[in-house]
Amino acid sequence: MSTVTRSSDLTAAEAFKRRPLSPLQRVQRVLHRHPEISPLVVLVIAAIAFQFTNDRFLLPSNLSLILQQVSIIGALAAGQTLVILTAGIDLSVGALMIFVSMVMGFLAGLAGVPGPWAFAIGIGVGAAAGLINGVLVAQVKLPPFITTLGMLSVFTALALLMTNGQSVNGEKLGDFLTWTSTSFPVGPFQLTVGVALVIAMYLALGFALSQTAWGKHVYAVGSDPQAARLSGVSTKRVLLSVYVVAGVLVALSAWVLIGRNNAATTSAAVDVNLDSITAVVIGGTSLFGGRGRLLGTFLGAVTVGFFRNGLSLARVDVLYQTLAIGLLIIAAVALDQWIRRTGATR
Amino acid sequence: MHVTIITKDPSDPYWVAMINGAKKAAEQSNVDLAVASGKDQTDTDGQIQAIENATARGDDAIMIANNGPAVNDAIKKAQAAGVFVIALDTPTAPADLVSATYASDNRHAGQVVGQWTAGKLAGNKATIALIDLFADKVVSVDYERDQGFLAGMGIALNDPNRNGDEAKSGRYAAGDYRIACNEASDGAEDGGRTAMEKCLSLDSGINVVYTANEPSALGAVQALKAAGNTTAQVVTINGSCDGIKGVVSGQFGADAQQYPGKMGASGVDAVVKYKRNGVKPNPDPGKNFTDTGIALVTDKQVSGLQGITSQQGMQNCY
Repeated sequence: MSTVTRSSDLTAAEAFKRRPLSPLQRVQRVLHRHPEISPLVVLVIAAIAFQFTNDRFLLPSNLSLILQQVSIIGALAAGQTLVILTAGIDLSVGALMIFVSMVMGFLAGLAGVPGPWAFAIGIGVGAAAGLINGVLVAQVKLPPFITTLGMLSVFTALALLMTNGQSVNGEKLGDFLTWTSTSFPVGPFQLTVGVALVIAMYLALGFALSQTAWGKHVYAVGSDPQAARLSGVSTKRVLLSVYVVAGVLVALSAWVLIGRNNAATTSAAVDVNLDSITAVVIGGTSLFGGRGRLLGTFLGAVTVGFFRNGLSLARVDVLYQTLAIGLLIIAAVALDQWIRRTGATR
Repeated sequence: MHVTIITKDPSDPYWVAMINGAKKAAEQSNVDLAVASGKDQTDTDGQIQAIENATARGDDAIMIANNGPAVNDAIKKAQAAGVFVIALDTPTAPADLVSATYASDNRHAGQVVGQWTAGKLAGNKATIALIDLFADKVVSVDYERDQGFLAGMGIALNDPNRNGDEAKSGRYAAGDYRIACNEASDGAEDGGRTAMEKCLSLDSGINVVYTANEPSALGAVQALKAAGNTTAQVVTINGSCDGIKGVVSGQFGADAQQYPGKMGASGVDAVVKYKRNGVKPNPDPGKNFTDTGIALVTDKQVSGLQGITSQQGMQNCY
């Protein structure tokens, strides 16, 4: 009798272990392992829907255009992903981008510094700014939100103090700084140097995150800094490097920005901080750190571009476009929460 | 026929009036009108995207209230793709980039309220607060209104395209003046109030308040009230229904009224004439744009100045 009971207990335990996953749970698990799949699905559905409302949507010329339109947000979002992976957030990316673009434009356009030098100094300024953010977060231990909120004001003020709010336009900037707007054909597509640069940034950073020890450390610091420290990762150095790399990426986006606007102007970009965070969130990277992929962010940025452009082609009012993007963000975060639950229960 | 109107921001009553004027004209002429805009008064990237999207969907024409020369390249590309482009409200720099411009003369608008102020002061000393739009960027509407006002007062300008470089004291048309402050408001009520509070702490004897637009003027009035200053003459520019109510109640001494609805409607008419009959629009003689006009709205007429009453202003407001 007792044997029977024991064996039936075993079967129950085994049955519990082997209980087949429901189809929904299976989807949940796949999404958990590959966070970039959900933005991809949204992207494909959006593409079909928008093509339905305007048959020009999927023309190569329009797709090229969308890539150009998302290049700046895409570039910023790469750096933002890195910071968010460490469970931080960078509210200063937009202001820093404007500041660096003003440094580059001011030096080349008004101070007569050769373009490549102005560019190099701009990159240096981006790295230095990232270092300051990094020191405040890693050494002084200020929360990233507060640090970068403060730096947002600092960079904005510096850009204005340097230029008195004047912009530097077109011809004055020289060929080098506006080179990112040069376009070239790739098959039926028409890309710009700026778009190519952004894609290169994603490839390089994606490689560093997935294939190097540094990348593993970034994820480790983001998911559990305590555990990372105990297993020998220097969290301070990882954080410092993350903010410096983000600063350099922001400086590169400033170059893309100058090309796209054909001007260095303090009024070039509004709300880009939030837009960069939007791309990261829609791309499936968790705002709590440690989980996400760069490819997801790229798809997230393109998704936002698809919605803006697709709704425009469908002649939808700009306010409804903003509304749609808002709903998209909430849907993305809700999906993220749902996916995370599988990590907790299984 | 497909036409896109691109304004500076999506929700300000001024732009809504322009869009409504354009919509009415579009309905009458059987034109399909799409509406786009930047996120705010300075968002050039948003406008560039709107131009690109209109071009991508094959629109026949774009009407744009541009946020500055950063959009020029996008306009050129649209034109190269065969899109007819005209400017509304703000001329492009250079103005001949587009085929036509329908705008009101901001410098002239500043000038009439300046002349009114000088006439009203009748030789008394003027202690002036200048409430401008922006401190963090240079925008033509900002310096044109401000410098127009000073010129209208009869104050000698230095660079007519630069705020704040004129002598801080001297003679205006009828007496002595002193500029107490030159503050930015971002064109909003809270900004206007903060700016005026700062001005009043610099000089409590302010008796002339120039404000670049009505929201900042409404904010300035709140600050004056709170400080117990009942003597200052507040002048402003825009001519919305809310603003003209300020003239009715006596909060504003004078308001220069503009007609954004007319700009939108004239723009659609020009597009239709060109696209259907090949008739190119012509600017006003001696100007590089078609002036949609302004009117001085005041209930305290000054001799030698043409103006309309606040009641007449209410009939044409937006």
